[in-house]
Amino acid sequence: MSTKRLSADAALSGAGKAWWQKYVSSLRYALHVIVRPFDGFWDLSRENKGSLAAANTFLVLFLLTYVLKLMYTNFQFISAPVQYINIYERCASLLLPFLILCLANWALSTLFDGKGHFKDIYIAMCYALVPYVLIQLPLILISHIISVDEGAYYSVLMSVSVIWCVFLAFIGLMQVHDYGPGKTIIFLFATIFGALVILFLILVFFSLLSDAIGYFVSLYREITFRLS
Amino acid sequence: MNSLKRLTALGLCAVILLSACGAFALQDGFRTTYTYNYDYWSEMQESPDAYRVQQVVYSTSLGLETPMRRPQSLYVRGEDIYVADTGNNRVLQLRREGENFTLTRIIDSVQGASPAGFNSPNDVFADEDGNVYVCDTNNNRVVMMDAQLNFVRSYTKPQDNTFDQNLAFLPSKLVVDTSGRVYVRATNVNKGLVKYEADGEFTGFIGANPVIYSLWDYVWKEFFTTQEQRAQQASFVPTEYENICIDKDGFIYATNIVFSEYDLLWDNAKPIRRLNSIGSDILIKNDRYPPIGDLEWVEQSVDYGPSKFKDITVLDNDIYIAFDKTRGRVFGYDPQGVMLWAFGTKGNSEGAFLGAVSIEHMGTDLLCLDENENSITVFTPTEYGSLIYQASDQYLKGDYDGSADTWREVLKLNANYNLAFIGIGRSLLRQDQFAEAMEYFKMAHDRENYGRAYRYYRKEMIEKNIGWVVAAVALLLIVPVIVRRIKKIKAEVAEYEHKKALS
Repeated sequence: MSTKRLSADAALSGAGKAWWQKYVSSLRYALHVIVRPFDGFWDLSRENKGSLAAANTFLVLFLLTYVLKLMYTNFQFISAPVQYINIYERCASLLLPFLILCLANWALSTLFDGKGHFKDIYIAMCYALVPYVLIQLPLILISHIISVDEGAYYSVLMSVSVIWCVFLAFIGLMQVHDYGPGKTIIFLFATIFGALVILFLILVFFSLLSDAIGYFVSLYREITFRLS
Repeated sequence: MNSLKRLTALGLCAVILLSACGAFALQDGFRTTYTYNYDYWSEMQESPDAYRVQQVVYSTSLGLETPMRRPQSLYVRGEDIYVADTGNNRVLQLRREGENFTLTRIIDSVQGASPAGFNSPNDVFADEDGNVYVCDTNNNRVVMMDAQLNFVRSYTKPQDNTFDQNLAFLPSKLVVDTSGRVYVRATNVNKGLVKYEADGEFTGFIGANPVIYSLWDYVWKEFFTTQEQRAQQASFVPTEYENICIDKDGFIYATNIVFSEYDLLWDNAKPIRRLNSIGSDILIKNDRYPPIGDLEWVEQSVDYGPSKFKDITVLDNDIYIAFDKTRGRVFGYDPQGVMLWAFGTKGNSEGAFLGAVSIEHMGTDLLCLDENENSITVFTPTEYGSLIYQASDQYLKGDYDGSADTWREVLKLNANYNLAFIGIGRSLLRQDQFAEAMEYFKMAHDRENYGRAYRYYRKEMIEKNIGWVVAAVALLLIVPVIVRRIKKIKAEVAEYEHKKALS
């Protein structure tokens, strides 16, 4: 059995077409993950069903969906002040918390006896974003078909997409680290706390850095002033 | 030499041009932001002036021997204007004919009343029959007299258990409804407006201001303060209204100024209320924001804080106009609670409000009483202001298409006017021009009306194209079946041929 798969892997990694096939199959595997999360997330890292490339794709698609939603949802359903929106800022405000949470999660997983590596956590979290893309992208179209009175459908689907993502992220963490549900909840709170600590450290680092740079700059100015 | 001359000429030209520009800008003493409105994003948008000063009436122009002293209130009935000249203990009756203001009479005593004179009258009201009511504050009474100034009756401190008998009765504002019931706002009375029947009998309070306090206030007071501390703190009591006025249907508009900025967040403050006969607030609030005056103000400025409405007046078409003393501004709202315009500033120039205490309307003109300048400023609507009134009147009367045409005129003067887009959209919707109506509603960010127009549009589109759609679907379903059938027949024929060939 194992020898058979090894030879299959070798065959796949051989040609360019095979790499492409693996990428496509790992993309398609997301459809399995979102409907059967317990089984799906377990095999994601342990059976190598997912891939980093697919995870990156999902993250990019997630950001793209968010931007498209802001720009092209019918005005009946979204009141974003389009004239003030900075896309990069909005994306950063989603991407940075996501990455910091992944980082905090990984950093704390050793304390909590977690089994996942950073790569596994990242891939699992990215796969958890898939329902957002799958539901919100069609919703942009739907927003142009329905009127505000039928907005109940829109808001229900909206909530479903978010709740589904959160649920998947929860199961994903559970399976990646091989935890029980109770431990995962505690772990989640610890992760949020860890993220705050990381943010604090980043702030301290940058303020100290700017102080240090300011010191050298003023030192340089002083010296050039004295010498000239 | 030549160049010097040229330079001088150029300089002179520049000076003349600049001063001309300055004169143009200062023509009416207004800054460009004198009149404004709020857009969908609740940002201030400059707009053309809705009102301008027609004239300012002073004591001298009325030929008064003793000039007005700290007058507190105005009342307008028809062409007659009543001024409560509080500092001189008298009431002035003026008459306006066109642009002329003439003094009709000075009311300083009532025949047959005791005492006959007034002591700091704070408000005055006149009913349709010419009866005059005066809030004779320091004489603790509201006195009613007929048109010949003969005493009819007085409304005094209620001899009732519900009224705290230790409290002095200081009536300061009053309104009278069409059946002669008198509603008095009395200083230090926090149970609402004191209500008297036409025969002078006290029949209770209406419209008490509900108490606002936060959960935290409550917890703090209940569990963390001693009995002695509690006695020293202000208790949770309702506050009294600032001012009242009555509309043509007998509803009382009241303004409330005792609230903090945060009470505005969930509309707890309700600065403007419309009270029905049992005292509940029935003001219609159909806009994004309730009628609270300014939606934004500059941080740490002198005039920081929410708008506090000193007085309010209701036009005959149910448009209500309130005066904000925080920033000296006048706000107009339509019956649906949508802001029509806002104008005004603080200052000493014409059209600015510094000591304004009372605002009244005569037709669509506004009269504003100033207690420091002892003057009455008369505002008349500009073309823009009149068009807005005309459009909403036409709409109320059911002349929707006429109203749309008027709104188009408004749009020519102010392209940022949301109500005009909505008005035109509604008219287009009635004419079954759904796509155009949608465009106008979208311009005004009006989701409900857009949704309505869109539903009609969608229905129309489906009805128009249903034939094609059905045909396409049918084609998609039928073609494969036919193709399959043909293939099958061909195969059978081929098989038959094959068999035939074999045999």
